[in-house]
Amino acid sequence: MTHGFSRHRRSGACVATFTAFEADLLRSLAGQLIELLRNEEATPGSGDPLEELLDFSGPTSEPDDPVLARLFPTAYPDDDEAAADFRRFTEGTLRNGKAAAAGTVIETLEQAGLAPEPEEGVYIDVELDQADVMSWLRSFTDMRLAIATRLDVEEGDEDYWESLPSEDPRAQVHDIYDWLGFLQETLVECAG
Amino acid sequence: MGTVSTSPVELDEPEVVDVTLLARPWVTIVWNDPVNLMSYVTFVFQKYFGYARAKAEKLMLEVHHDGRSVVSTGSREEMERDVQAMHEFGLWATMQKADA
Repeated sequence: MTHGFSRHRRSGACVATFTAFEADLLRSLAGQLIELLRNEEATPGSGDPLEELLDFSGPTSEPDDPVLARLFPTAYPDDDEAAADFRRFTEGTLRNGKAAAAGTVIETLEQAGLAPEPEEGVYIDVELDQADVMSWLRSFTDMRLAIATRLDVEEGDEDYWESLPSEDPRAQVHDIYDWLGFLQETLVECAG
Repeated sequence: MGTVSTSPVELDEPEVVDVTLLARPWVTIVWNDPVNLMSYVTFVFQKYFGYARAKAEKLMLEVHHDGRSVVSTGSREEMERDVQAMHEFGLWATMQKADA
Protein backbone atom coordinates (compact mmCIF):
# COMPACT_ATOMS: atom_id res chain seq x y z
CA MET A 1 0.00 0.00 0.00
CA THR A 2 1.24 3.46 -0.86
CA HIS A 3 2.74 5.73 1.77
CA GLY A 4 1.65 8.77 -0.19
CA PHE A 5 3.91 11.47 -1.57
CA SER A 6 7.27 12.55 -0.28
CA ARG A 7 9.87 14.95 -1.56
CA HIS A 8 12.76 13.48 -3.47
CA ARG A 9 15.90 14.68 -1.69
CA ARG A 10 17.93 15.63 -4.73
CA SER A 11 15.45 16.60 -7.45
CA GLY A 12 12.88 18.19 -5.12
CA ALA A 13 10.13 16.40 -7.08
CA CYS A 14 7.14 14.87 -5.29
CA VAL A 15 7.35 11.11 -5.60
CA ALA A 16 5.03 8.24 -4.68
CA THR A 17 4.86 4.51 -5.28
CA PHE A 18 1.49 2.92 -6.01
CA THR A 19 0.50 -0.70 -6.34
CA ALA A 20 -0.97 -1.58 -9.72
CA PHE A 21 -4.39 -1.76 -8.07
CA GLU A 22 -4.05 1.73 -6.58
CA ALA A 23 -2.75 3.25 -9.80
CA ASP A 24 -5.54 1.60 -11.75
CA LEU A 25 -8.10 2.97 -9.29
CA LEU A 26 -6.71 6.50 -9.69
CA ARG A 27 -6.80 6.17 -13.45
CA SER A 28 -10.38 4.97 -13.32
CA LEU A 29 -11.47 7.85 -11.06
CA ALA A 30 -9.73 10.38 -13.30
CA GLY A 31 -11.39 8.81 -16.33
CA GLN A 32 -14.81 8.98 -14.70
CA LEU A 33 -14.23 12.63 -13.87
CA ILE A 34 -13.39 13.43 -17.49
CA GLU A 35 -16.47 11.55 -18.65
CA LEU A 36 -18.67 13.47 -16.22
CA LEU A 37 -17.20 16.81 -17.30
CA ARG A 38 -17.88 16.02 -20.95
CA ASN A 39 -21.17 14.21 -20.39
CA GLU A 40 -23.47 17.07 -19.65
CA GLU A 41 -22.59 19.39 -22.48
CA ALA A 42 -21.37 22.79 -21.36
CA THR A 43 -22.77 24.25 -24.56
CA PRO A 44 -25.98 22.54 -25.59
CA GLY A 45 -25.83 21.93 -29.32
CA SER A 46 -28.64 23.02 -31.60
CA GLY A 47 -28.05 20.14 -34.02
CA ASP A 48 -27.19 22.50 -36.83
CA PRO A 49 -23.43 22.18 -37.47
CA LEU A 50 -23.03 25.69 -38.84
CA GLU A 51 -25.00 27.20 -36.01
CA GLU A 52 -22.93 25.23 -33.49
CA LEU A 53 -19.70 26.48 -35.03
CA LEU A 54 -20.89 30.04 -34.74
CA ASP A 55 -22.25 29.64 -31.23
CA PHE A 56 -19.66 30.88 -28.78
CA SER A 57 -21.95 31.17 -25.83
CA GLY A 58 -21.55 28.98 -22.77
CA PRO A 59 -24.16 27.70 -20.35
CA THR A 60 -26.08 30.22 -18.27
CA SER A 61 -27.83 28.03 -15.72
CA GLU A 62 -26.49 25.81 -12.96
CA PRO A 63 -25.78 22.23 -14.11
CA ASP A 64 -28.44 19.65 -13.21
CA ASP A 65 -25.98 17.14 -11.85
CA PRO A 66 -25.22 18.03 -8.21
CA VAL A 67 -21.54 17.14 -8.68
CA LEU A 68 -21.22 19.58 -11.57
CA ALA A 69 -23.18 22.17 -9.61
CA ARG A 70 -20.56 21.86 -6.84
CA LEU A 71 -17.63 21.97 -9.26
CA PHE A 72 -19.07 25.09 -10.91
CA PRO A 73 -20.74 27.08 -8.14
CA THR A 74 -22.89 30.13 -8.78
CA ALA A 75 -20.60 33.14 -8.47
CA TYR A 76 -23.28 35.76 -7.76
CA PRO A 77 -25.81 34.19 -5.37
CA ASP A 78 -28.05 37.29 -5.36
CA ASP A 79 -27.84 38.37 -8.98
CA ASP A 80 -29.16 35.87 -11.53
CA GLU A 81 -28.18 37.91 -14.56
CA ALA A 82 -24.59 38.45 -13.45
CA ALA A 83 -24.40 34.79 -12.40
CA ALA A 84 -25.54 33.68 -15.87
CA ASP A 85 -22.98 35.94 -17.55
CA PHE A 86 -20.19 34.70 -15.30
CA ARG A 87 -21.12 31.11 -16.06
CA ARG A 88 -21.30 31.75 -19.79
CA PHE A 89 -17.76 33.15 -19.81
CA THR A 90 -16.08 30.78 -17.35
CA GLU A 91 -17.71 27.35 -17.20
CA GLY A 92 -16.34 26.07 -20.50
CA THR A 93 -12.79 27.08 -19.54
CA LEU A 94 -13.18 25.57 -16.08
CA ARG A 95 -14.49 22.30 -17.48
CA ASN A 96 -11.59 22.06 -19.92
CA GLY A 97 -9.08 22.87 -17.18
CA LYS A 98 -10.46 20.20 -14.84
CA ALA A 99 -10.59 17.61 -17.62
CA ALA A 100 -7.00 18.48 -18.59
CA ALA A 101 -5.83 18.07 -14.99
CA ALA A 102 -7.49 14.64 -14.77
CA GLY A 103 -5.86 13.82 -18.11
CA THR A 104 -2.46 14.69 -16.62
CA VAL A 105 -3.09 12.20 -13.79
CA ILE A 106 -3.81 9.43 -16.30
CA GLU A 107 -0.84 10.40 -18.46
CA THR A 108 1.55 10.42 -15.49
CA LEU A 109 0.43 6.97 -14.39
CA GLU A 110 0.69 5.48 -17.86
CA GLN A 111 4.09 7.04 -18.51
CA ALA A 112 5.18 5.51 -15.22
CA GLY A 113 4.30 2.11 -16.63
CA LEU A 114 0.63 1.52 -15.80
CA ALA A 115 -0.53 -0.97 -18.43
CA PRO A 116 -4.08 -1.13 -19.82
CA GLU A 117 -4.58 -4.37 -17.85
CA PRO A 118 -2.13 -4.03 -14.98
CA GLU A 119 -0.72 -7.18 -13.48
CA GLU A 120 -0.62 -7.82 -9.78
CA GLY A 121 2.74 -7.32 -8.11
CA VAL A 122 3.67 -4.38 -10.35
CA TYR A 123 4.56 -1.08 -8.69
CA ILE A 124 4.09 2.31 -10.30
CA ASP A 125 6.58 5.02 -9.31
CA VAL A 126 5.39 8.49 -10.13
CA GLU A 127 7.47 11.65 -9.99
CA LEU A 128 5.68 14.99 -10.25
CA ASP A 129 7.27 18.28 -11.25
CA GLN A 130 5.72 21.54 -10.06
CA ALA A 131 3.18 21.76 -12.88
CA ASP A 132 2.14 18.13 -12.41
CA VAL A 133 1.74 18.72 -8.67
CA MET A 134 -0.83 21.46 -9.31
CA SER A 135 -2.76 19.24 -11.75
CA TRP A 136 -2.77 16.33 -9.32
CA LEU A 137 -3.83 18.53 -6.39
CA ARG A 138 -6.70 20.02 -8.38
CA SER A 139 -7.77 16.60 -9.59
CA PHE A 140 -7.68 15.05 -6.11
CA THR A 141 -9.93 17.91 -5.05
CA ASP A 142 -12.37 17.38 -7.92
CA MET A 143 -12.51 13.62 -7.31
CA ARG A 144 -13.14 14.15 -3.60
CA LEU A 145 -15.81 16.78 -4.27
CA ALA A 146 -17.49 14.40 -6.72
CA ILE A 147 -17.48 11.43 -4.32
CA ALA A 148 -18.52 13.56 -1.33
CA THR A 149 -21.46 14.98 -3.27
CA ARG A 150 -22.62 11.50 -4.32
CA LEU A 151 -22.26 10.19 -0.75
CA ASP A 152 -23.69 13.30 0.96
CA VAL A 153 -20.60 13.73 3.11
CA GLU A 154 -21.15 16.30 5.84
CA GLU A 155 -18.98 18.13 8.33
CA GLY A 156 -18.07 15.92 11.29
CA ASP A 157 -19.83 12.76 10.09
CA GLU A 158 -16.77 10.48 10.48
CA ASP A 159 -18.50 8.36 13.15
CA TYR A 160 -21.38 7.58 10.81
CA TRP A 161 -19.06 6.27 8.12
CA GLU A 162 -17.08 4.31 10.71
CA SER A 163 -20.30 2.66 11.88
CA LEU A 164 -21.24 1.24 8.49
CA PRO A 165 -20.48 -2.46 7.92
CA SER A 166 -17.38 -2.84 5.79
CA GLU A 167 -19.28 -4.70 3.06
CA ASP A 168 -21.58 -1.69 2.56
CA PRO A 169 -20.66 -0.23 -0.85
CA ARG A 170 -21.06 3.28 0.52
CA ALA A 171 -18.49 2.51 3.20
CA GLN A 172 -16.12 1.23 0.54
CA VAL A 173 -16.53 4.36 -1.55
CA HIS A 174 -16.00 6.46 1.56
CA ASP A 175 -12.74 4.57 2.17
CA ILE A 176 -11.61 5.64 -1.30
CA TYR A 177 -12.62 9.22 -0.45
CA ASP A 178 -10.50 9.07 2.73
CA TRP A 179 -7.62 7.54 0.83
CA LEU A 180 -7.70 10.37 -1.72
CA GLY A 181 -7.66 12.81 1.18
CA PHE A 182 -4.59 11.09 2.61
CA LEU A 183 -2.81 11.28 -0.76
CA GLN A 184 -3.73 14.93 -1.15
CA GLU A 185 -2.53 15.73 2.36
CA THR A 186 0.89 14.23 1.63
CA LEU A 187 1.07 16.02 -1.71
CA VAL A 188 0.22 19.41 -0.15
CA GLU A 189 2.91 18.75 2.43
CA CYS A 190 5.44 18.00 -0.29
CA ALA A 191 4.43 21.03 -2.36
CA GLY A 192 4.17 23.52 0.51
CA MET B 1 -13.23 21.22 6.19
CA GLY B 2 -11.49 17.92 6.59
CA THR B 3 -9.17 17.13 9.42
CA VAL B 4 -5.48 17.65 9.01
CA SER B 5 -2.19 16.96 10.69
CA THR B 6 -0.69 20.24 11.80
CA SER B 7 2.95 21.07 11.36
CA PRO B 8 4.87 23.16 13.86
CA VAL B 9 3.92 26.81 13.84
CA GLU B 10 6.27 28.92 11.76
CA LEU B 11 6.86 32.59 12.29
CA ASP B 12 6.50 34.52 9.07
CA GLU B 13 7.19 38.14 8.32
CA PRO B 14 4.68 40.46 9.98
CA GLU B 15 1.40 40.60 8.16
CA VAL B 16 1.11 43.71 6.00
CA VAL B 17 -2.13 45.53 6.46
CA ASP B 18 -3.82 46.34 3.18
CA VAL B 19 -4.15 50.10 2.95
CA THR B 20 -5.68 51.83 0.01
CA LEU B 21 -7.26 55.18 -0.64
CA LEU B 22 -9.14 53.88 -3.65
CA ALA B 23 -12.64 52.57 -3.43
CA ARG B 24 -12.49 48.78 -3.62
CA PRO B 25 -16.12 47.89 -3.80
CA TRP B 26 -16.11 44.12 -4.47
CA VAL B 27 -15.09 41.12 -2.38
CA THR B 28 -14.40 37.44 -3.03
CA ILE B 29 -15.85 35.15 -0.38
CA VAL B 30 -14.76 31.55 0.19
CA TRP B 31 -17.32 29.35 1.95
CA ASN B 32 -16.74 26.36 4.19
CA ASP B 33 -17.34 22.92 2.77
CA PRO B 34 -16.94 19.53 4.45
CA VAL B 35 -14.54 18.24 1.80
CA ASN B 36 -11.56 20.48 1.24
CA LEU B 37 -8.59 19.89 3.54
CA MET B 38 -7.45 22.71 5.79
CA SER B 39 -3.90 22.27 4.51
CA TYR B 40 -5.05 22.49 0.90
CA VAL B 41 -7.14 25.62 1.46
CA THR B 42 -4.17 27.30 3.15
CA PHE B 43 -1.93 26.19 0.29
CA VAL B 44 -4.31 27.66 -2.30
CA PHE B 45 -4.45 31.03 -0.49
CA GLN B 46 -0.64 31.15 -0.39
CA LYS B 47 -0.15 29.97 -3.91
CA TYR B 48 -2.79 32.00 -5.72
CA PHE B 49 -2.93 35.22 -3.68
CA GLY B 50 0.72 35.14 -2.63
CA TYR B 51 -0.29 35.54 1.02
CA ALA B 52 2.21 34.73 3.75
CA ARG B 53 1.50 31.46 5.53
CA ALA B 54 0.20 33.21 8.66
CA LYS B 55 -2.36 35.24 6.71
CA ALA B 56 -3.39 32.24 4.60
CA GLU B 57 -3.93 30.18 7.75
CA LYS B 58 -5.92 32.95 9.41
CA LEU B 59 -8.26 33.15 6.41
CA MET B 60 -8.55 29.36 6.25
CA LEU B 61 -9.52 29.24 9.94
CA GLU B 62 -12.13 31.96 9.38
CA VAL B 63 -13.64 29.85 6.62
CA HIS B 64 -13.55 26.79 8.87
CA HIS B 65 -14.98 28.39 12.02
CA ASP B 66 -17.19 31.19 10.69
CA GLY B 67 -18.36 29.38 7.57
CA ARG B 68 -16.96 32.05 5.25
CA SER B 69 -14.17 34.55 4.82
CA VAL B 70 -13.47 37.51 2.59
CA VAL B 71 -10.25 36.45 0.89
CA SER B 72 -9.72 39.34 -1.52
CA THR B 73 -10.99 42.82 -2.28
CA GLY B 74 -10.84 44.80 -5.49
CA SER B 75 -12.57 45.77 -8.69
CA ARG B 76 -15.38 43.67 -10.08
CA GLU B 77 -13.12 42.36 -12.87
CA GLU B 78 -10.40 41.40 -10.40
CA MET B 79 -12.90 39.58 -8.21
CA GLU B 80 -14.29 37.68 -11.18
CA ARG B 81 -10.75 36.50 -11.89
CA ASP B 82 -10.28 35.46 -8.27
CA VAL B 83 -13.61 33.61 -8.09
CA GLN B 84 -12.83 31.75 -11.29
CA ALA B 85 -9.41 30.80 -9.92
CA MET B 86 -10.97 29.54 -6.66
CA HIS B 87 -13.38 27.39 -8.70
CA GLU B 88 -10.38 26.04 -10.61
CA PHE B 89 -8.93 24.96 -7.27
CA GLY B 90 -12.26 23.43 -6.23
CA LEU B 91 -13.03 25.98 -3.53
CA TRP B 92 -16.57 27.25 -3.16
CA ALA B 93 -16.30 30.98 -3.87
CA THR B 94 -18.77 33.76 -4.58
CA MET B 95 -18.49 37.50 -5.01
CA GLN B 96 -20.53 40.51 -4.00
CA LYS B 97 -20.30 44.23 -3.35
CA ALA B 98 -18.20 44.94 -0.27
CA ASP B 99 -21.04 46.68 1.59
CA ALA B 100 -23.67 44.05 0.70
